[in-house]
Amino acid sequence: MNAPDRAVDRATHVGTPTVRGEDQRFLTGAARFTDDVRFERMVHAAVLRSPHANARIRGFDAAAAAALPGVLLVATAADLGEVPVIPLRLAPLPGLDRFVQRAIAVDRVRYVGEPVALIVAESRYIAEDALDLIVVDYEALDPVTNIAQALAGTALVHEAVGTNVGSHYHVARGDPAGGFARAEYTRKERFRCHRHTAAPMETRGLVAEYDGAAMRVWGATKVPFFNRRLLAKMLDLPETAIEMIETDIGGGFGVRGEFYPEDYLVPWAAMRLRRPVKWIEDRREHLMATNHARETECELEIGMKRDGTIVGLRATVWADLGAYTRTGGGVAIARVPQFLPGPYRIPDYACEVFALHSNKTPVGTYRGPGRYEANFFRERLLDLAAADLGLDPAALREKNLVSAQEIPYDIGTLVPFEGPNAYEGGDFHSAYRQALAAIGHGSLPAKGAVIDGRLHGVGLACFTESSGAGPSESARIVARPDGRYEVYVGVTTMGQGHETVFAQIAADELGLPVAAFQVFHGSTSHVDEGWGTYHSRAIVVGGSAVKLAGAAMRDKLIELAARRSGLPAAELRVGAGAVLRESDASTVLDVAELARAAAEGDAEAREATHVKARFDIKMRPYSYGTHVAHVAVDPETAQVEVLAYVALEDVGRVINPLLAKGQAVGGAVQGIGATFLDELLYDEAGQLVSGTFADYLVPTSTEAPPIQAIFLEEAPSASNPLGAKGAGEGAIVATGAAVANAVADALAPLGVKITALPLSLNNLAASIRAARRRA
Amino acid sequence: MPEPREIELTINGERRAGRCEPRTTLVDFLRETCALTGTHVGCEHGVCGACTVLLDGAPVRSCLMFAVQAAGARLTTVEGLAPPGEMNDLQRAFQEHHALQCGFCTPGILTTMTALLADNPTPTREDVRRALSGNICRCTGYEPIVQAVLDCARGRAGRAG
Ligand code: FES
Ligand code: FES
Repeated sequence: MNAPDRAVDRATHVGTPTVRGEDQRFLTGAARFTDDVRFERMVHAAVLRSPHANARIRGFDAAAAAALPGVLLVATAADLGEVPVIPLRLAPLPGLDRFVQRAIAVDRVRYVGEPVALIVAESRYIAEDALDLIVVDYEALDPVTNIAQALAGTALVHEAVGTNVGSHYHVARGDPAGGFARAEYTRKERFRCHRHTAAPMETRGLVAEYDGAAMRVWGATKVPFFNRRLLAKMLDLPETAIEMIETDIGGGFGVRGEFYPEDYLVPWAAMRLRRPVKWIEDRREHLMATNHARETECELEIGMKRDGTIVGLRATVWADLGAYTRTGGGVAIARVPQFLPGPYRIPDYACEVFALHSNKTPVGTYRGPGRYEANFFRERLLDLAAADLGLDPAALREKNLVSAQEIPYDIGTLVPFEGPNAYEGGDFHSAYRQALAAIGHGSLPAKGAVIDGRLHGVGLACFTESSGAGPSESARIVARPDGRYEVYVGVTTMGQGHETVFAQIAADELGLPVAAFQVFHGSTSHVDEGWGTYHSRAIVVGGSAVKLAGAAMRDKLIELAARRSGLPAAELRVGAGAVLRESDASTVLDVAELARAAAEGDAEAREATHVKARFDIKMRPYSYGTHVAHVAVDPETAQVEVLAYVALEDVGRVINPLLAKGQAVGGAVQGIGATFLDELLYDEAGQLVSGTFADYLVPTSTEAPPIQAIFLEEAPSASNPLGAKGAGEGAIVATGAAVANAVADALAPLGVKITALPLSLNNLAASIRAARRRA
Repeated sequence: MPEPREIELTINGERRAGRCEPRTTLVDFLRETCALTGTHVGCEHGVCGACTVLLDGAPVRSCLMFAVQAAGARLTTVEGLAPPGEMNDLQRAFQEHHALQCGFCTPGILTTMTALLADNPTPTREDVRRALSGNICRCTGYEPIVQAVLDCARGRAGRAG
């Protein structure tokens, strides 16, 4: 490895499009994903999953499976002894903790895909052969498969709890009844958002190894420190005996890296067998076992003046959380009420919330949890109201957006487990106008204009988005004797490019090129504590910790150089791997030499070359933006083409514009794809119908529309020293809303009303047929 | 269970021999027996394209083939696109255009695009989009990949011309 260029590098790396240093290993096949981890004596696990949505387990016959040559372990609940319960990590809504999942089914299964037995064998092939040999005696019971059945409660998912209602509560701000009393117009609609999920390209997987004292687990990501705490408790090991190690990760988007049943079963098996155990989920398993998301219904009522001024909003929302409340199962439904009023001036607002359980796969967070749903409900209703009142949908939004003068805008206490919140800064109108200008709004064919047999429509959606979950994040920087620097962080990464971003931030603090830094992330041994990667917090909170660590190292180096040289600190600066004299750029203290001294026991030198920092975030950054979609719909085939799409968001300071744009384009395509394609469909028996990539459709290159991703930096966040706000989720949160509004605009002349997602070919064709019958 | 067979084939220009069961898929043979873990499994049912390798120059889904069916063939995997430790022009274009995020889909996309450019050195945007449509990427939204491939093709045409 070469020492970094000694030329003083004073360029600002933050804000510069920078290609990723980590790319080479991915492009040459040298990356190390979980399934690439291998050991001598490694054995392979497979999970037997319930084929029933709701059934009692009367018994097992595992003799044939256990007798198969190469099978080492067949375990059911009985073999596990006390089966641990997986607690909530986030969103402790009142009541949800009654519905948590055990690490393996005990006497009863509640969704198709629930783990009932674990097999470990010498090869994956043998383990899967053995799955077929286990006979389970099930007594099938009536399942609860939708929100109406869950509410009716004729069948109960958890009899012992006595209800399917996981949580039920109200939130409000202002005087909702008073608001509606002033209304000159009201409109109420029932909306539905479909069940779908992230489906990252790499399925989940784990490798666990136990040597009698220490446990090592590969495949951890998202929240390794939290998961380590949990696993330590479950296995009755000290936390320090467990190391969670992040491999390269093939996409997370919220679903990967939470504590799932397998996160206990695989380490347990490794402990039991004293051999490294690998488990890799297959795609079919993934679609039935990894968290689902988004299935929510909403009855939304708006009160307005005739001129379009909003005077009140009230809602009831119902979410289907599936069979159990998972670690983050309550997050999305808790966020729907928070984001329903959006970026608009709605002082009087109320929402009633039902979080329900059914015999389907449990849900968790997926990129923009609760936001995608809430924005669709509200923005759709705004367009319906605009049509009723004969107002232009754009003018209606312009009128009601919170103005720059009203910022910070108090949004009240809309989440039971959080205090009051406020939109922190910025100009919503500015973002809104720039988005409209970017797509050429006003000159586009719309309102069902027919061109070559297709109906054109334009749809708008404005949104706010939060990021930067607290409380804290850690970073550590080490200067090495060879002139290179190591950056250790507590956050994890699933493809976002954090290695490059953190190097950029550190490089600016220490006046060095990006290539001088090597970033280490995701292992519980790197820093004392880390809080993980979710809620777009890695750069906002983790990047700020890196910045503080870099600044602390700079200050310590200057202080030491001043002390040793007798020069005043004000005359010194750090750059090019040295402390330099400001006047003539002569070297006062060489950092690599200092690192050598540190290695030889010089305590002062060690203190200046091994620096830790922790950043505590005190307020929540809020970004905001507008999406605009232009579509053409073929009324005969119901085929929709998205001709143009603008995703504009103010994210405060952009650290790496190349990577930020990648997040926005990728996020928008994911969301637009989900609006038309992705759907986890169940039949009345509670069977998952779309359980392969041939049935669960995600967008491919021919469906991906052109995305114009625009970032504004008009409102740097005051919450952190970088001025950053999350940039990974804003591009998905308004896709359902903008696309649905555009399709509805195109089909308005036919009398088609859109209140439910997805806009699949089948659904849309049925709506067009129904409208034609009515006409 | 049928007896394991010995098979011989050429992978990335090297003669390789290995034992496998008749039911062993080509991707498992590559990953497990040959320790070439650059080829990934995203679905195991032939839809996602992550496992694409070149068999006598043509892209195939190595999750849908048995290793024994590839006996005697000439295979190229992502590891064989450039000499060890180096990247070819297509790989460099991917880096330049930020055409990968998590990188899990990337090996299958590189092999598929390698075959496209061999077949059609001057593809249009539409050609690239179509050739790419059998590979799923959940991160990038595809456009940066299309740009990278077009850029690489332009570069090759420029150098040739
Ligand atoms: S793994 Fe072969 S096509 Fe998906
Ligand atoms: S880069 Fe992640 S799936 Fe393509």
